[in-house]
Amino acid sequence: MTATVWWTIAGCTVVTAIIKGIGPVALGGRDVPPRLTGVITLMAPALLAALVVTSTFATGDRWHVGAHTVGVAVGGVVLLRRGPLIVAVVLAVAVTAGLRAIT
Amino acid sequence: MSSTSVPGEGQRDASLRAGFRAALPYAAVGFLLSMSFGILARDSGFPAEAAIVMSAIVFAGSAQFAAVSILASGGTAGAAVAAAALMNSRFLPMGIALGPSLPGRAAWRAAQGQAVVDASWAMSNRGDGTFDRWFLFGSTAPQYVTWIAGTTLGALGGDLFSDPSRFGLDAIYPTFFLALVISEVKDRTTLVIAVVGGLLALSLVEVAPAGLPVLAASLVALWGLRRGRAA
Repeated sequence: MTATVWWTIAGCTVVTAIIKGIGPVALGGRDVPPRLTGVITLMAPALLAALVVTSTFATGDRWHVGAHTVGVAVGGVVLLRRGPLIVAVVLAVAVTAGLRAIT
Repeated sequence: MSSTSVPGEGQRDASLRAGFRAALPYAAVGFLLSMSFGILARDSGFPAEAAIVMSAIVFAGSAQFAAVSILASGGTAGAAVAAAALMNSRFLPMGIALGPSLPGRAAWRAAQGQAVVDASWAMSNRGDGTFDRWFLFGSTAPQYVTWIAGTTLGALGGDLFSDPSRFGLDAIYPTFFLALVISEVKDRTTLVIAVVGGLLALSLVEVAPAGLPVLAASLVALWGLRRGRAA
């Protein structure tokens, strides 16, 4: 098991460094092509929303709604009301844990 | 030839400091998130030092969670690394977006690209297709420190929480990213893109390997080609 763990860490290190390096090497140091600008500005909302949705409404490769979904929703309300992130996170965790304790 | 003027040292330091300050809430949440990673890694049979080293040299939350979960469920190192690569595949379009804002030779640009983490990348985006790289470096620094500190605490003190999900720690990750989405949604276009990107990813969850649904969502940003032409 321990050898597997270290091989996994080594592999993850290499692939992460390569993936993070490819974009800057391919397109670095140039002016942004105007047509790419619109795409770049829209990438953040698309990618980040996908991360939220897949971690809120799914577990692994199955759709799954549970206590954490409610917790994240409560955290979201705090964020939409411009509350601090740390408060949103603590509430999300507390609601999730609370729901799990009573179900 | 570059269209942007070379920023002076004052400008650079101001960007570094602004990035550092802006990232503090994310660094605090990153601490909790990496603590839950440390706990999960120990539960999955990782020695404590392996969990800490992984956070220090991989430094990519979702990839680390994915890799550890796969080993925990009996998968091979190859499967774990492949899942990590897929989870990290979103850094490919992020790096392509960032690329033109990084100066220097190829190797130096690749090195600077290592500073990309989700929150830093999103916040250093100036909104006009360019990025403030000093802001990026400044905001990644505190997140890196708390990422390692949290992992260390979770890996060494993890016995206190034998079942992290019971304590609701799995709600941290989505809430963290929800804060980033909310800060990115500035008008109707970005709202629609976020909703469509999220739905597309969710629709692929059950049919595509982990990581691919999120990568696929970046395709929705191609809508920007149309907008660029109209402008």
